[in-house]
Amino acid sequence: MMTKTSPRSDLFMFVLFSTAILTMPIWLAPVGAGYPDLLQKFAIFGLFALGFNLLFGLTGYLSFGHAAFLGIGSYAAVWSFKLLGMNPLPALLFSVVFSSLFAVAIGYICLRRSGIYFSILTLAFAQMSYNMAYSVLTPITNGETGLRVLQSDPRLFDISSQTSGSLISNLFGIEMTGYPGFYFCAALLIVGFYISQRIFRSPFGMMLRAVKSNQNRMSYTGLNTRPYTLAAFVISGAFAGVAGSLLAVTDPLAGAERMQWTASGEVVLMTILGGAGTLLGPILGAGLIKYFENIFSAYNEQTLHAIFSFLPDFMEGPVVSLASLFVGEGWHLTLGLLFMVIVIFLPGGIMEGFNRITNMFRRKRSQVGKGTGHSRSPASATAAE
Amino acid sequence: MDAIVLQILNGLDKGGAYALIALGLTLIFGTLGVVNFAHGALFMLGAFCAVTFNHLIGLEQVVVDPTRTTAWGTPLEIRMPYIEVWLGDTGTAMLNYSVPLSIVFAIPAMLLVGYVMERGLIRHFYKRPHAEQILVTFGLAIVLQEIIKTYFGANPIPQAAPDIVRGAMDIGVFIGLDPGTVVYPQWRIVYLLFSLSLIGGVFAFLQFTTFGMVVRAGMADRETVGLLGINIERRFTLVFAVAAVVAGLAGVMYTPILPPDYHMGMDFLVLSFVVVVVGGMGSLPGAVSAGFLLGTLQSFASMNEVKTILPGIDQIIIYLVAVIILLVRPRGLMGRKGVMET
Repeated sequence: MMTKTSPRSDLFMFVLFSTAILTMPIWLAPVGAGYPDLLQKFAIFGLFALGFNLLFGLTGYLSFGHAAFLGIGSYAAVWSFKLLGMNPLPALLFSVVFSSLFAVAIGYICLRRSGIYFSILTLAFAQMSYNMAYSVLTPITNGETGLRVLQSDPRLFDISSQTSGSLISNLFGIEMTGYPGFYFCAALLIVGFYISQRIFRSPFGMMLRAVKSNQNRMSYTGLNTRPYTLAAFVISGAFAGVAGSLLAVTDPLAGAERMQWTASGEVVLMTILGGAGTLLGPILGAGLIKYFENIFSAYNEQTLHAIFSFLPDFMEGPVVSLASLFVGEGWHLTLGLLFMVIVIFLPGGIMEGFNRITNMFRRKRSQVGKGTGHSRSPASATAAE
Repeated sequence: MDAIVLQILNGLDKGGAYALIALGLTLIFGTLGVVNFAHGALFMLGAFCAVTFNHLIGLEQVVVDPTRTTAWGTPLEIRMPYIEVWLGDTGTAMLNYSVPLSIVFAIPAMLLVGYVMERGLIRHFYKRPHAEQILVTFGLAIVLQEIIKTYFGANPIPQAAPDIVRGAMDIGVFIGLDPGTVVYPQWRIVYLLFSLSLIGGVFAFLQFTTFGMVVRAGMADRETVGLLGINIERRFTLVFAVAAVVAGLAGVMYTPILPPDYHMGMDFLVLSFVVVVVGGMGSLPGAVSAGFLLGTLQSFASMNEVKTILPGIDQIIIYLVAVIILLVRPRGLMGRKGVMET
């Protein structure tokens, strides 16, 4: 399914997207999401999902181990902080290099198989990285405690080398917390969006879509698809690496739990929720999930009682106890249910939902136009269909 | 020699659990063509069947004895499980044997769970792409896991094996080694025997019953069996339920070895999938033998001698083997041609 696009509409979309991202602090304030920590998460996980979508959305290869690249990116960034100083730019470079290298190695092996084998292989690699980060690689990853930047680290290029106070990543004197941190992430998200838009419109992207629709036919025409899928895998791994390093930039520590399969599952959910294979969908999905995670985990029994206080007493108790299953600690239950509901009823995600609704209106309108000629009301026309 | 025997034994009981889960996964995959990421959750549910059963028969009657007081001066409460009050010594024995007895409770419970899961959810996913099957069962696994966490808490709940098999056994004597060299917990032996007999039971069921014949035929060519006028869907529902029971029983009997907690299912699932892939998708003997093989390999890798040469190998050996097998023999050890080739 290709929608008609033109360079002009792409440019328009890009400008609109950039404006929307940069003005997020303003238009998200009324819904209680206009504070920098959450906005940073929106941008970071948006980037993560955007990269994942380049693989899953375009080629249809479902990777269940993408969180490994996120973790590798984080570790690389923290090591860059430790060795080179708190500037985020070398950290980004390090993360991209390392996560791409890992992606080349893992992708080279995993992409020999497709379908469910690919999912299991990527899952196996992610679990392997996770287990190793916890046990053998403790000198590099600092095991369960997680890797942090210490005052005693060399940090070669830090001129000031302050010996006290907390260590915060800073870009030539701008500390990467709060709004500056958010704008840094947002800038990278916009760059990522631009790259992904270009890939979507390029012959390369077309090739990836062809892989998704029928890989056999591609091979029969004498085309080796593996370089294309590998390229997609590496690009999407690099995106995940950048997202991981941004996590470290906004909060300079890295832990192995970022690589766990739950984290991989979460990015799959974000992409599916928004709509795999669409440009905006994954970012939308990532934003929604992080937003609701934030809201839902903050609720507790008291807030629920306050919300449902309009109900009569005999109903309030059961309703509150039922609702409390899904909030706070139970947020994962909601996430799982959401996962199932989306896959069952709306496999194309929210973007498909939008498309369905707009199509419905469009069809109605065209039928209204026709309907006058046939002297039938639009309602009966849709009912007859 | 004794160290090797010990490690083989160590691997076999873990391998038994892998083999049982992988067997169910392969059954479901071979018949229904569905990739069930919730199978680990079924294993976990089975384990919690044992916990529930233990809770149920352990319900206590509290009698306050006004004539005696405790050291704090409050009236002495005499707690006694109802089952002992009603059945006397039989009740005590039942409490002791709560884990094996909970099989009786777990079979109908898991049959029901399997039936509801298949009819309610999986059935609608036969024709959908594998990616969607993976995703929806993954979501289901999270939901089941979180429900268990809500009711039983996040901490592991240890279960005791019956007294008679709680101790250790000198295995080495039987095979001509010096006494005291290979001493092994008895319950693990019981688990190994149990898993072997359960596997044997499933194979016998498939091999010697008409029902099993239809199922095997369905695994080979589903459409033709349907064309012959056999209601394959209904049989496959039962296959799903049987696979759920197998996973559940594996979980029930595993509780004395590993105290069950809510995420045990996922830990086993990832490994079981690797087992299925190594054994060959759609091959039942492959799944079983790969289960035992990988279990044993893992326990060998966790020997201190091996660990000093290759540190951390015990954590990754299974994945490493899977990667190598998939590269060398893409179909797995005993994979059939034409199953999940694309």
